[in-house]
Amino acid sequence: MDQALIIEKGIFIVAVFAITMLMAMYSTLAERKIAAWLQDRIGPNRAGKGGILQPLADGLKLFAKEEFFPNTPNKFLFVVGPAISMSMALMTSAVIPWGDRLEIFGRTVILQATDIDVALLYVFGVLSVSVYGIMIGGWASNNKFSLMSAMRASSQMISYEVAMGLSIIALLMMTGTLSLREIAAQQHGMDWNVFYQPVGFLIFLVCSFAETNRTPFDLAECEAELIGGYHTEYSSMKMGFYLFAEYASMFISSTILVVLYFGGYNYPGMDWVEANWGVNPANIIGIAVLFAKLCFFIFFYMWVRWTVPRFRYDQLMRLGWKTLIPLAIANIIITGVVILLADNA
Amino acid sequence: MITTLFYILSAITLATAFLTILSKNPIHSAIYLVLCFFSIAGHYLMFNAQFLAIVHIIVYSGAIMILMLFTIMLMNLNKEDEKNKSVLSRIAAVVSFCLVALVLLATFIKAEPQMSRYYASGEDYQSIKVLGQVLLNDYMVPFEFASVLLLVSMIGAVLLSKKEYING
Repeated sequence: MDQALIIEKGIFIVAVFAITMLMAMYSTLAERKIAAWLQDRIGPNRAGKGGILQPLADGLKLFAKEEFFPNTPNKFLFVVGPAISMSMALMTSAVIPWGDRLEIFGRTVILQATDIDVALLYVFGVLSVSVYGIMIGGWASNNKFSLMSAMRASSQMISYEVAMGLSIIALLMMTGTLSLREIAAQQHGMDWNVFYQPVGFLIFLVCSFAETNRTPFDLAECEAELIGGYHTEYSSMKMGFYLFAEYASMFISSTILVVLYFGGYNYPGMDWVEANWGVNPANIIGIAVLFAKLCFFIFFYMWVRWTVPRFRYDQLMRLGWKTLIPLAIANIIITGVVILLADNA
Repeated sequence: MITTLFYILSAITLATAFLTILSKNPIHSAIYLVLCFFSIAGHYLMFNAQFLAIVHIIVYSGAIMILMLFTIMLMNLNKEDEKNKSVLSRIAAVVSFCLVALVLLATFIKAEPQMSRYYASGEDYQSIKVLGQVLLNDYMVPFEFASVLLLVSMIGAVLLSKKEYING
């Protein structure tokens, strides 16, 4: 491998990491601002102009807080829990295509950290491992409320992973590839997958809410019954990591939603722009389009959070196992029949 | 460099496997087993078997071990509750494991590597395209049998959980 490629990928990975962190940081501010807007308040506006420095102030506060350890025999696992959550939230970004390509100094730079053959399975692998962060943290807290809440959160994540995987299978039957780069490239222009797989998209969307532990599925943080959720015993930056991981995974799951169903970096008229203005402007607009789409989904996450009340636990399980999974299987069968008929016609 | 990596990974695999057996706390055992599975996935990656590595992580670390941890955490096993198994069942376990190991060893010795025909054509035999075609063309029947087996065990699990309602 030549050195230029390593440097190029290195810079790209650091940039993606920085952008993920920045987006997660400002998602916290956006959440509070949107909550305020929906409830007819002003929201945080003291730190900086219009509250723009609020995330920095929050971060500083979390760093300055006391590091509290509960009376637990598993101090090591207690620290490992938030570390797993955070690193798993950041690892998925490695396979996401942020754009098609840029031409810098005569080199063609592919805007993706790595294009592996099994990118989509990699995403699911990381997703299934991220359950450990919650489970280990909740158990190591040595607190029965933390444990109960960790159990709830992880059983919810496992249940909805099944429906999520099944909803993706219908998409895979159409695209015929697991590589996110090829899936994005197939949706050139306005040929987005959401027009062919609306049911699959809805199932995937609902499951994404459950996977990121967001309202209406945030039973893990049911304050009335379970104090503060699986991170009850956590303080300082360790709790900050759990909260931050939630926002980072919200950003990443919005990106995956956009790449899988909403065309990723594709926009109508991109051929015209590329022919008339050149490759770089076309792709920079593409990246901007991708970010505009994913910002909409982040807003959608927050919009739902401040609109819909929380489900009861049995309702959540019934929705997952008795509605979404049969629906996803029916979707697979119908997709299969339609593909078969289309091939024979 | 690959050799060094192999030794490091093997050391991790063996150490975590032993710690799984030796640690007193069942949850620590389960976590060591998870680490062991991860290092085995690392071995698969060194063979460039990306699909196998990822599926290994999804199935073993992501599904089986999580359910195992779940059960252990909910049952809240303590050292006092742990029953000592009788000598007979211990011997039976060792003998049956040795038999399984014998069968596996025999299969691997007798097995004929299929890679050579892909070396000639230069096709990437680790890619999911080739893997899927081989699985559904050449090994269709065993593949279907495996899926029927999974279905039967799934129905069995549902039936077991409903048993009390049938009796009562």
